[in-house]
Amino acid sequence: MQIPVEGFMYPNEVELQWSILIVLYPFITGLVAGAFILASLERVFQVQAVKPTYRLALLTALAFLLVAPLPLQLHLGHPERSLEMYLTPHSSSAMAMFGFVYLWYLMAVLLLEIWLDYRRDIVVMSQKEKGWKRLVYRVLTLGSSNISARALHIDERLGYFITLIGIPSAFLLHGYVGFIFGSVKANPWWSSPLMPIVFVFSAMVSGIAAVMLIYMFSSRLRGREIDMRCLDTIARYLLYTFIIDFSLEMLDLLQRIYEADESFRSLDFMVHTRLWTSQVIIQILLGTVTPIALIALNQFVKLADVARKRIYGLAGCLTLMGIFAMRWNVVIGGQLFSKSFLGYTTYKMDFATREGLLPALILMILPFVILWVLVKLLPPWLESSPAPAISAAPARGIN
Amino acid sequence: MDITRRRLLGLMPAAAVAWKYVLAGTPEASPNYRLTDHWWGMLMDITKCIGCGTCVRACAEENDVPDGYYRTWVERYHRDEWKIERPEVESPDGGKHGYLHEPAEGGKNFFVPKLCNHCAESPCTQVCPVGATFDAPDGVVLIDKKYCLGCRYCIQACPYGCRFLNPKTNTAEKCTLCYHRITKGLTTACCEVCPTGARQLADLKNPKDPIHEFLRTHSVQVLKPHMATGAKVFYNGMDGSVR
Repeated sequence: MQIPVEGFMYPNEVELQWSILIVLYPFITGLVAGAFILASLERVFQVQAVKPTYRLALLTALAFLLVAPLPLQLHLGHPERSLEMYLTPHSSSAMAMFGFVYLWYLMAVLLLEIWLDYRRDIVVMSQKEKGWKRLVYRVLTLGSSNISARALHIDERLGYFITLIGIPSAFLLHGYVGFIFGSVKANPWWSSPLMPIVFVFSAMVSGIAAVMLIYMFSSRLRGREIDMRCLDTIARYLLYTFIIDFSLEMLDLLQRIYEADESFRSLDFMVHTRLWTSQVIIQILLGTVTPIALIALNQFVKLADVARKRIYGLAGCLTLMGIFAMRWNVVIGGQLFSKSFLGYTTYKMDFATREGLLPALILMILPFVILWVLVKLLPPWLESSPAPAISAAPARGIN
Repeated sequence: MDITRRRLLGLMPAAAVAWKYVLAGTPEASPNYRLTDHWWGMLMDITKCIGCGTCVRACAEENDVPDGYYRTWVERYHRDEWKIERPEVESPDGGKHGYLHEPAEGGKNFFVPKLCNHCAESPCTQVCPVGATFDAPDGVVLIDKKYCLGCRYCIQACPYGCRFLNPKTNTAEKCTLCYHRITKGLTTACCEVCPTGARQLADLKNPKDPIHEFLRTHSVQVLKPHMATGAKVFYNGMDGSVR
């Protein structure tokens, strides 16, 4: 297949090495980190208004985290060797060390926090349920069925401590993804010390938007009224983080424009041609400025609940589209120009191949399937939580 | 030494293992080659390169390089008198078949042969998640194909576009400086066939290598020195427009 090239590319550069699957990878890990940070708002920062989404955010983070390595695995030329990254890691490699950051986040933070938070419910359900469900819950108790007030108090304190560790870990998880790109000095589109920070804030934006949408959608599915105080608070946090994220990206852009180093002419041409739609139209105008304006409008004008819900729904969808476009522009955009700065290549996305659109779509649907199973197994809804066995966990502060 | 039946039986398992390696095509050993005695690089004399592409063809044949990928290639530059920052460059099929069409008129035209720079501080080695890409003690950057994951991070990290993913092996690949040849005292395939001597393999640790005299008496450069990769392919007569 002939790949259209404009100008001069080094002969080995014509073919793109990282495909849509590598676009998915930072998108998915971003959702994980963002969802966790939203959950920590309630737990650590005592923002009681977002409590209805606390457990849902944790389960969302877990569902996406379980899928996060799959795009990488599919992309590898030799997936059967991927465990070597853990067995014989190369310590100077950002990618190798990310494997351990991922494992730390999955095993030491997310799974432990979810287990501690649900332990009381799991024990109760292991006694209440029948058949295979009973067996599943018994396994999930990990042999610990003590739900005395003291045990629950320990769970609570330990959970709080893990969330405290979890916040920097979530920053580390996605900041590190940014570092994987930002540390490639050969590529001026990626190489920037701001890259990890931009990735962290864009992760928070996407995770918060995703949980907000999942909360709205699930409430509708269950025929329950949406807690508008919760929704307004989430939207407000989305706005704050979005403004920081956008400011950082604009700072990076201004710096590049003003410095105008040897790569600038090439990158500028790319933004005005090949990336015009995905970056200027989709990422900046539709995916950033519009949702910011929509949510900001709510801060100044008192709108009815129905109107607010619609605005939040639209803003959330546009936000996710914008953040996906941002990942696309980083990963794909970073490979469209020659390192000689004299030419441009084209990304031709396949459909039903190993790195095509079809597996990417399946990988984007998969976390929702996992989330559905998790929600069935560990209901995150406050009203469906079983009553505490002995006494409620210690009350948390009020916002 | 007398070989008894008992000793012969004892040697058979070892012989079986050795035979397995012979069948697997294990490269011939180089018993006299000492890794620490060498520090390999290459000298490219742009003033001598005629862009015939013989080096590209020899490399492809010697190393079974798949079509459309290049361990070495030749670029033709054309720059107008003062437009040093905007040269016109071409490398159709990596310059494999030479440049039969006339270059643009006016300005300056010249050829630039390229290959892996075997950097002393190679970014590709730094980013490899499993160490499949490594710096040999003799200064050659090599890839262990049996270990490479095919993640392609090294390809992204190379500032010179020297690496590619071999579609046959699904592993990263690039110039090895014909390691199978230089460890036997031969030169690389590309240097051997170059009709003008524009390419010269250089052993920077060998005080008798003529490279030392050349480097002392000529103005040589490396590609993209601002990348600080410790490139060991030196270019004589390189124009400022080359990148």
